[in-house]
Amino acid sequence: MLAKRIIPCLDIRDGKTVKGIEFLNIREVGEPVELGARYAREGADELVYLDITSSHEKRKLFAGLVRRIAENLNIPFTVGGGINDVSDAGRLLDAGADKISVNSAAIMQPELVSRMSAGFGSQFVVVAIDAREENGRWQVYRNGGRIPTGLDLFVWAYEVQERGAGEILFTSMNHDGVKHGYACDALARLSDRLNIPVIASGGAGAMEHFREVFTTGKADAALAASIFHYGEIGISQLKTYLAGENIPVRLNNDK
Amino acid sequence: MNVVIIQYNAGNIRSVDFALRRLGVKPVISADPGVIASAEKVIFPGVGEAAGTMAHLRETGLARLIPSLKQDFLGICLGMQLMCSFSEEGNVPCLNIIPQKVKRFEAAGGLKVPHMGWNRLERTQGRLIDSSFEGEYMYFVHSYYVETGDFTTAIAVYGTPFSAAAERDNFFATQFHPEKSGTAGSRLLKKFIAL
Repeated sequence: MLAKRIIPCLDIRDGKTVKGIEFLNIREVGEPVELGARYAREGADELVYLDITSSHEKRKLFAGLVRRIAENLNIPFTVGGGINDVSDAGRLLDAGADKISVNSAAIMQPELVSRMSAGFGSQFVVVAIDAREENGRWQVYRNGGRIPTGLDLFVWAYEVQERGAGEILFTSMNHDGVKHGYACDALARLSDRLNIPVIASGGAGAMEHFREVFTTGKADAALAASIFHYGEIGISQLKTYLAGENIPVRLNNDK
Repeated sequence: MNVVIIQYNAGNIRSVDFALRRLGVKPVISADPGVIASAEKVIFPGVGEAAGTMAHLRETGLARLIPSLKQDFLGICLGMQLMCSFSEEGNVPCLNIIPQKVKRFEAAGGLKVPHMGWNRLERTQGRLIDSSFEGEYMYFVHSYYVETGDFTTAIAVYGTPFSAAAERDNFFATQFHPEKSGTAGSRLLKKFIAL
């Protein structure tokens, strides 16, 4: 049986790991390759590295980092941030990334999703969507949650699936950083509507939130950052808990 | 150890290269039939699409060379599928080393395609994938699967049981990605190198 995935997310700025709290107040928490390898040893199923570097110049550091991650990590990883065209994605593939995630660029240029999935395969293309619930409607935002797009979450997610996205990474801006649990209602609706995997993001604060997101939220994978970075929940502890709740997870089985 | 990774337009060559280097093996990446034929071990990785890749293998002569190899050979993911008799992906005849068909997962009853993530090996019974791998989780990413059959050495279940691994003489194949499957995957690659 396919296991539910636990995915720590590492935000990278200028080659270092940081985590933004509700997209603000950024502080550093560790060296990206080392932190990723530690998560892999603890049982992370996959990692996401998001480059939040603002300057084009410093972004070059990221491609070098991606190669070092690929050399050292024995689990799959996704990289995102600042991918604006097919050649950006191709460079990251060459550096050793297993998947890339696109967000704002896909909104500005939806055919980018089609071109990337045709060129590199659907499995390589994750579309990240930030959305906020406003008056009962989930509106998609771009540029790190700063610019409303007028797009509806469910309509947009379906469109990128039809364009060949391999997975959806949905972050609820209402829940992100609040630590009161994931947006399970919206996630369940997404999962029912789509036939590609849905990664839940935003809101993890306790182990029960992961149980909820995999049951009522119907998510295939759950992403979290600060609770792992600050050691509030250990990954192996979390997986042992989930296994005890009859949720299929990969437990470390070192021989 | 002279390990050659067959070079073609597959996406995961670099990952396989890095995984072997982590084990202290420095593989040669080559499309040269002479280099491939003289290797001690051959790895045939694969991420991509079956029909286009088969056409490429026929043009380059690799389609004739591969089934004739006598050394230990490991096909990964699409590599495994291309070792079969026929793929529904583009309806293309393949290398016919493992006489099974490659079919598409049907996205029905809530089953999401591709099958992406970690799944358990069951009924492990091969020389490479032996009983020590029973219950191990491995990382899979695929929309097509190899049916179970006489050469199946491990199954996994996703809607239906399918061949997670197969062996025939010196030919070994895994649908999952050992290069991305954590310590279990590393152990498998190490075992293949040591066969």
